[in-house]
Amino acid sequence: MKKYECPDCGFIYDEAKGAQHEGYPPGFKWEDLPEDFPCPECFVREKPDFILLEN
Amino acid sequence: MTSTVESLGSVSQPPHVSKGTKSSAWILSKRYWYWLSFILPAIPLASGYLAIETGHGIWLWFTVAVLYAILPAADYIFGTDDANPDDELVEKLKGERYYVYIMYLATFVHWASLVGMAYIVSQYDWSWFSILGGAVSAGIINGVGLVAGHEMGHKVNDRAQATCAKLVLACSGYGHFCIEHNKGHHKDVATPEDPASSKFGESIYKFVKREIPGAFRRAWSLESARLERLGKSEWSMSNEILQSGLITVVAYTLMLAYWGPVMIPFLMIAAGYGWWQLTCANYVEHYGLLRLKNENGRYERCQPHHSWNSNHKASNLILLHLQRHSDHHAHPTRPYQVLRDYADVPSLPSGYPWMFVLAMIPSAWYSVMNPKVIEWAGGDMNKVNVDPDLKEDIFNRYHQPQKTNEAA
Repeated sequence: MKKYECPDCGFIYDEAKGAQHEGYPPGFKWEDLPEDFPCPECFVREKPDFILLEN
Repeated sequence: MTSTVESLGSVSQPPHVSKGTKSSAWILSKRYWYWLSFILPAIPLASGYLAIETGHGIWLWFTVAVLYAILPAADYIFGTDDANPDDELVEKLKGERYYVYIMYLATFVHWASLVGMAYIVSQYDWSWFSILGGAVSAGIINGVGLVAGHEMGHKVNDRAQATCAKLVLACSGYGHFCIEHNKGHHKDVATPEDPASSKFGESIYKFVKREIPGAFRRAWSLESARLERLGKSEWSMSNEILQSGLITVVAYTLMLAYWGPVMIPFLMIAAGYGWWQLTCANYVEHYGLLRLKNENGRYERCQPHHSWNSNHKASNLILLHLQRHSDHHAHPTRPYQVLRDYADVPSLPSGYPWMFVLAMIPSAWYSVMNPKVIEWAGGDMNKVNVDPDLKEDIFNRYHQPQKTNEAA
């Protein structure tokens, strides 16, 4: 399971947790998220802006 | 993209940081000034009490004078706020729950204020003019409630704050605001697609007809899409617009049932004037400013120079630093107590209260703000968010891109 961080607010999309409130259940793969997926906390960064976290 | 964006003369500098104990002491003392967030909503109740005691219904208009006369005068007298918290102070203040508790208390006082004013106008014998004053006063406080709802509504992962946001927004029946604002306005700000960003040449009276329905449609569409992903109906009670709307319907129905038909005009005016405050804020916050597109067709990220900033001390204390709008849009989750002023961002000549007055007089607004937008864009109207209905006329009158090159 991979994790990606929003470069503005620091929100971490953890594939193990998903983003349930926004309708992406635990286990939802990063590559399956739409390209315009916004950060579910600040909403001003989108999928292409997120940074893959190592380990 | 870089060259296009940098050609704008107003690329924002990082926030300047104030040093010294005097500055820090002022920033720390604001923790008490923020009590204004729950003192201000109590003003209609105090003025209502004076109206009852003296028998002079004109007191019911007092809150109107506070917004449009006393606050602009206070901004003029006390000027701007030079203090910006440094990184150490930001770290210390940003997580303090004290500042959140003020918002919870404000939520309660906003409801008390609305219900209290409804009681005052319905249970005593007033002229229609006095009742109108009470309703507009309640509307102004509903507008201030939208500021509290805005602050808490950005904290989407803090359940208590998100709930209080829905509660306080329900005072004026504007429960779709959190969704519309966070997911819609912040994403599309300073683009022609945003119904909550005003365009150069667009009067506030034209803007409101685009803003109110456009904002509601966008909120409903975003919420429907979220519920669809969750496998739920848009009409289910998981719909956060309906949740807040239900609070409004129940509260308004109870007031109508107990206090009679006068509640119909009172609540309509109080809610409508609350919405109008938001329209005024949206109108002044991004007038004419435009984000440019990069080679991929995506708009550049929202930067501090894509918002009109106002660093006036008095109104910023009342409005939870909302007027430090450049920092807010650059970092939307940053809490109010640590928002900072930026150097070299487009700046309003006064705080929101006076700018609202100007906005309501379009000729005055254009004479103050149009030259500022043109200067911001360096005379290149292709870099301005222009009202498309007036595009030809505006370009004929103002488009002078050569001037920029010469100046550069």
